[in-house]
Amino acid sequence: MPAAPLKNVTVSAPDGPDDSAKETLIEVRDLSLYYGATRALTQITLPICPRLVTAFIGPSGCGKSTLLRCFNRMNDLIDNVRIEGAVRISGYDIYSRDVDVIELRKRVGMVFQKSNPFPKSVYENIAYGLRLQGHRNRADLDQIVEQSLRSAALWDEVKDRLHSSALGLSGGQQQRLCIARAIAIKPEIILMDEPASALDPIATARIEDLILDLKKQFTIVIVTHNMQQAARISDYTAFFYLGQLVEHDRTRKIFTNPTQKQTEDYVTGRFG
Amino acid sequence: MNRPPNPAPPDSAKSFRSERFDFASFFFTGLTGFATLLIVAILAVILLNIVVQGWESLSWRFISTIPKDNFFDPASTGVLPMIVGTTGRVFVMTIFVLPVGVITAIYLTEYAPSTSPLTRFIRAAVNNLAGVPSIVFGLFGLGFFINFVGRNLDALLDSPGPTWGQPAILWASLTLAVMTLPVVIVATEESLRAIPPGLREASLALGATKLQTILRVVLPQALPGIMTGGILAVSRAAGEVAPILFTGVAYYMANLPSKLTDQFMDLGYHVYVLSTQSPNIEQTRPILYATVLVLLMLTFALNFTAILIRARMRKKLRALG
Amino acid sequence: MGIQRGHRARPLEWLAERVIFTISLSAIMLILLIFIFVGREALPIFLGRMDSALIQETIPPERMNELDPEELRVYLDLSPRQFAGMDRDTLQMLMEVRQEALEEIPPEQLNDPDAHANTTAWRYLLFPHQWSDYDRPRYIWQPIGNIHKYNIVPLIVGSLKTTLIGLFFAVPISVGAAIYVSQLARPRVREIAKPTIELLSGIPSVVVGFFALLVMASVFQAVFQYETRLNAFVAGIALGFAVIPVVFSIAEDALTSVPRSYTQGALALGSSKWQAAWHIVLPAALPGVFAAVVLGFGRAIGETMIVLMVCSASVMSWSIFDSARSITTTIAAEMAEAVAGGHHYRMLFMLGAVLFAVTFVANLVGDIVIHRLKRKLEGRS
Ligand SMILES: Nc1ncnc2c1ncn2[C@@H]1O[C@H](COP(=O)(O)OP(=O)(O)OP(=O)(O)O)[C@@H](O)[C@H]1O
Ligand SMILES: [Mg+2]
Repeated sequence: MPAAPLKNVTVSAPDGPDDSAKETLIEVRDLSLYYGATRALTQITLPICPRLVTAFIGPSGCGKSTLLRCFNRMNDLIDNVRIEGAVRISGYDIYSRDVDVIELRKRVGMVFQKSNPFPKSVYENIAYGLRLQGHRNRADLDQIVEQSLRSAALWDEVKDRLHSSALGLSGGQQQRLCIARAIAIKPEIILMDEPASALDPIATARIEDLILDLKKQFTIVIVTHNMQQAARISDYTAFFYLGQLVEHDRTRKIFTNPTQKQTEDYVTGRFG
Repeated sequence: MNRPPNPAPPDSAKSFRSERFDFASFFFTGLTGFATLLIVAILAVILLNIVVQGWESLSWRFISTIPKDNFFDPASTGVLPMIVGTTGRVFVMTIFVLPVGVITAIYLTEYAPSTSPLTRFIRAAVNNLAGVPSIVFGLFGLGFFINFVGRNLDALLDSPGPTWGQPAILWASLTLAVMTLPVVIVATEESLRAIPPGLREASLALGATKLQTILRVVLPQALPGIMTGGILAVSRAAGEVAPILFTGVAYYMANLPSKLTDQFMDLGYHVYVLSTQSPNIEQTRPILYATVLVLLMLTFALNFTAILIRARMRKKLRALG
Repeated sequence: MGIQRGHRARPLEWLAERVIFTISLSAIMLILLIFIFVGREALPIFLGRMDSALIQETIPPERMNELDPEELRVYLDLSPRQFAGMDRDTLQMLMEVRQEALEEIPPEQLNDPDAHANTTAWRYLLFPHQWSDYDRPRYIWQPIGNIHKYNIVPLIVGSLKTTLIGLFFAVPISVGAAIYVSQLARPRVREIAKPTIELLSGIPSVVVGFFALLVMASVFQAVFQYETRLNAFVAGIALGFAVIPVVFSIAEDALTSVPRSYTQGALALGSSKWQAAWHIVLPAALPGVFAAVVLGFGRAIGETMIVLMVCSASVMSWSIFDSARSITTTIAAEMAEAVAGGHHYRMLFMLGAVLFAVTFVANLVGDIVIHRLKRKLEGRS
């Protein structure tokens, strides 16, 4: 069930990072978020462009994950969360009352920091989301599972053990399985919260390649603590500090010639 | 710790040997070890005594016979109605308590606001109820199920005599269900909470609804834990006598129970009757031992089947088909 | 963009969640009902509304017309609903029955002051009373005959006596075993001993009672040479068997939850395993051991079948080699004879309510202590 193309979006061919006239896909406007009485995000305004990789960087606890989780409303699961401002996806306010979060999450996929495969077989992990959408035809399922695993560069490693437990895979394989699971249902946006933080350099490199590959089809927002990683894979970078957006610009600019002193200190590792 | 500082050791080989025998450690380790052994011995003596003496008088005839009026007579008595009654009441109880307990636990962990004082109060009440004496549940069954629900049902249905408003297998089972409800709820809640939140998030992030997540991801994972709760409930209920004393058990019945409103005979209660009301305890002794053995075998068999099911499920979850 | 379907998009799901909610609510209500119903049946006693006096004030049936309906209803002890369903003749008949009951009382009792006493009043329940056929004030529970004697002190003493014997026997053994299994034993021994001891809790209490009655009672009498074969001592030890698994598993759990680093720290300083367990682990887990004892107390005082089978004569005595009748035993043995709604019935429910309250408080205390301990140990480790 391929997702219908989003309205209000001019789908242009992917441009290089220097393109500045892109349409925005996710538009964050004056967003503040409170956990009970404490404010975790302060008046964030930020456009995110389609078919590009946007990286969120910043010191621990600055609210990167919190903002990311606003995009598919995973924050709804936490008690006492209050939100002000708006998040629009394709011009549609996702916090308006008539939004069906279930539908939203089918269109905005997520990969978590800690890989969390279901204790089912490799195959069932990927088929899970498809079954939720009503796919019953075994041949269809087989085909999409294979395709997703190929896209996640995992097919060759697991094609002989599709029906054994996903928990038997290595950490890196599990994380790629989670990515495959997310892309199987063909979301438009994929959110990744430090997807490679628990992996060794080789597994990390594979995931980075994967992200560069996936960006042809998906819009990716990624949280990372690894500066080189942000520089390597992202087109845009947003730097956060204490719940505020300090600077958002093309990645090259952030890493070579940032406007803010704080940003410069952080990306050069002089932060303190 | 209590050792005096060593005098300068003459040679290094000797210095690693204990200077003096640590009598306190030896003595107390022995004492606590003895306590452990004593408990195991008590268990062994009870079980051996019953198995050895009970086995002699246990026969197929004894298990499959419905006793005529005098069940103290070793030659003609049997325990078929008691076996039927005990398994029956446990079965009916399970039908009530498992779904209700599991659903309540699901509500408490997955839906109820976890921090609200009301939820905390309910949880505390449920927890504490697990330790309330079984005789109190018997009183509750009598006061609520029979004298309140039953009598009102009779009035409502215009029954000719008391039909619902009297002890019955249904009320005994319901009383036991209420008694074991906390056991099932607590065990289910524990196994639900042991499931990493990441799994729920993963499912929700894929666009599953809450109910889909619970049914397809959470429950299958929690199943072994829920089974454990079921076992605990069943094995506790099978041997309980106090809660059924006034809610359904009969001293003697010529026929097997056929409706939910019938009374029933019960193995545990029969053990009580045989050991306290016998006109000649020496004559009754063999059948008494045999009855106890049957009761023990039944409780342990129930336990054992459930443990097997649980082990199977664990394996299946691990291997995954 | 297709995400704006409202929450009514999945009616089945909505329905299922309503069902879950409804079932849970009923289960929770049922649990709360227990508090209400046990108390409800006992309420007239607590409020002093029950009158068990043999000789009640009677009004001659002829004077029925002089009473207004409410007075009549109270006099005949009817609920408003019952009263509404009765016609004049029935009421008249009830009044006559009442009168006849008075006439049937043997003449020698008419002058007995006890026959006028409401024996469910608190002072009869708690304080000794000199009944007319006794030579001095006594504590007596004797709910038979014309004048029911409801002094609950002998029952409380009976419960405490058996419970304390049980605890004195079970606590040292269980705590010792818990220390051994959790701290001193080799892993192999531990893995066998723990489930074995917990198996003890799988033996139904009626089987423990049977064993005490048929085997222990005779053996103990032969050993200790006392008079009454069935006494509080045998019952207490048998109760101990039921308490051991409770105390053991809670104490063992508390001891195990003390972080390994404590023990390792002590061992690294050159203490023996026993010294580490005694000086470091046990003090840290002491509240848990206390909770184990409290919960064991709750288990023992609520146990019915063991005491019922081993001893049930109601005598007021503190001697452990005398018989004893506990609260639970009394309820179990007498409920069958009690008329629903009568004073005996309500007295038994009152005992049940007291028992309920006592065990509930014990559980609550135990629970809170364990909770605190776990939080402290986790916070520190
Ligand atoms: N569930 C919650 N309840 C209360 N406060 C929370 C919750 N989750 C996060 N916070 C707080 O919100 C702030 C932002 O947290 P967030 O997880 O977004 O940080 P982060 O930038 O992702 O950090 P990291 O790089 O360590 O993952 C932190 O101060 C955190 O303590
Ligand atoms: Mg984070």
